[in-house]
Amino acid sequence: MNFNNSDKAIFLQIADRLCDEIIAGKYKDDDRIPSVREYAVLLEVNTNTVVKSYDFLSREDIIYNKRGLGYFVTNGAKQHIIKIRRDEFMKQTLPEVFRQMRMLGIGIEEVINKFNG
Amino acid sequence: MIQVNKISYNYPRHKYNPTKDSSIFWNFSLTLEENKIYGLLGKNGVGKSTLLYLLAGLNRPSKGKVLIDDDVVTDHLPLTMSKIFIVTEEFELPNMSLQKYVKLYRPFYPDFSDEIFSKCLNDFEIGDISDLGAISMGTKKKVYMSFALATNAKYLLMDEPTNGLDIESKSLFRKVIAQNMTDDRTMIISTHQVHDVENIIDHVLILGNKKMLMDKSIADIAAEYVFEHRADDQMGGVIYSENSLQGTSVIARRTPRRTETPVNLELLYNAVNNGKL
Repeated sequence: MNFNNSDKAIFLQIADRLCDEIIAGKYKDDDRIPSVREYAVLLEVNTNTVVKSYDFLSREDIIYNKRGLGYFVTNGAKQHIIKIRRDEFMKQTLPEVFRQMRMLGIGIEEVINKFNG
Repeated sequence: MIQVNKISYNYPRHKYNPTKDSSIFWNFSLTLEENKIYGLLGKNGVGKSTLLYLLAGLNRPSKGKVLIDDDVVTDHLPLTMSKIFIVTEEFELPNMSLQKYVKLYRPFYPDFSDEIFSKCLNDFEIGDISDLGAISMGTKKKVYMSFALATNAKYLLMDEPTNGLDIESKSLFRKVIAQNMTDDRTMIISTHQVHDVENIIDHVLILGNKKMLMDKSIADIAAEYVFEHRADDQMGGVIYSENSLQGTSVIARRTPRRTETPVNLELLYNAVNNGKL
C-alpha cells in the first residue's frame, strides 16, 4: 500500500494552495494573481517550481497568461476547481473512506448520524 | 556558463607520509548553466569547498582549465572577476563602517545595485553598521550575502551560507535568494543543511571521492523516482530504504501514472552515498 497521505510534489501543493485561495474568493474571475517571483518569495521556493505550478494551472484552464502583465484567474475557475475536486473526492477519497469503514466495521448509519450531528 | 575541463588538483604532499594520496580531483569535468540554483552536497573532506575555490579562480588546477563564459578563470581578467562572487564559509570583514566598505569594494563590480543592497539589508533587518569587525558571525554573513547579491555577479558561489544563521534568518535567506535569482544567473550553494535549501535549489550535485556521484535536476529526479513511506510488506520496486519515525522511508522508481512526490534530499543523499543510485 502506498500511503495516501504521502505528500504531493511541491509544484502540485502550490497549485492546490492557489486553488484553495480561488475557492475561498481571495482571487476572483479575471483578478491578477501574484507574480511567479512574488509567490516564490512568499513560499521560499525556487521560481522555476512556481513556473511549473502556473504552467500546470494554465493547462487546466484555471489561470491564463497575459504577456507582460502576468497571470489572471480564468472566468468560472472557481466552479471548475470545485468540479475537479468533487470528482477527486468521489473517485479517490470516498473509496478510501469506504475501505476503512469496512476494515473497522463501521456501518453507514453510524456515519449518517455523525454527519447529521 | 562555467565549464570545468578535465582538471586535476592536489593538496601539497603529506609531510611525513609522502606516499599518501593527496589528489582531490583527477580528470574532473563539470558544466554549470545559467538560470539554475545548484545544491552542492557531499561528505566532509570530499572537496566541496576546494571545488568552489577552483571555480572562483582562487585555487589553480595542476591540469585542465576552468572556463567562465569561455575565459580561463585563473587568468583573473577584471571582467571575469566581476562576474563571480564567492561567499566563503568563514571570513573576516575589516574594521570599518559598512558605508566605507561598500565605497571601497563596489568599483570592482560595474553592475553594483544600491537598490538591491538596501533591499537585502532591509529584508535581513540590518541597519547601519559602524564597525564591521565587531559584529556577530550571523550578521556578518547577512551583510556579505547582501553585498554579494548587490554586485549582480552572474555566478554566485556560497559555501555553507546558512551556517551561523538563526531559524528566522534561514527563512529570510531563502526569501532573499528567491527574490534575487534571475534568468541569467547561476548560484551554487554548498551545504550539509539539506533542509535549509531543499525547496530552493533546481539541481543536485553530489560530490564523492574524486568524482561527481550525481548531477541531476530536481525535475528529472522527481520524474524518475518517488519518495514516500511504505509498510514492510510493500517493498516492490524499492531502490533504497531506511527507517524513520513514520515507518520505512523509501525511494522507488516512479511509474508513469503515479503523481510526483517531493524530493527528499536527505534520503537521496544517503542513497547516492550508499551506491544505490
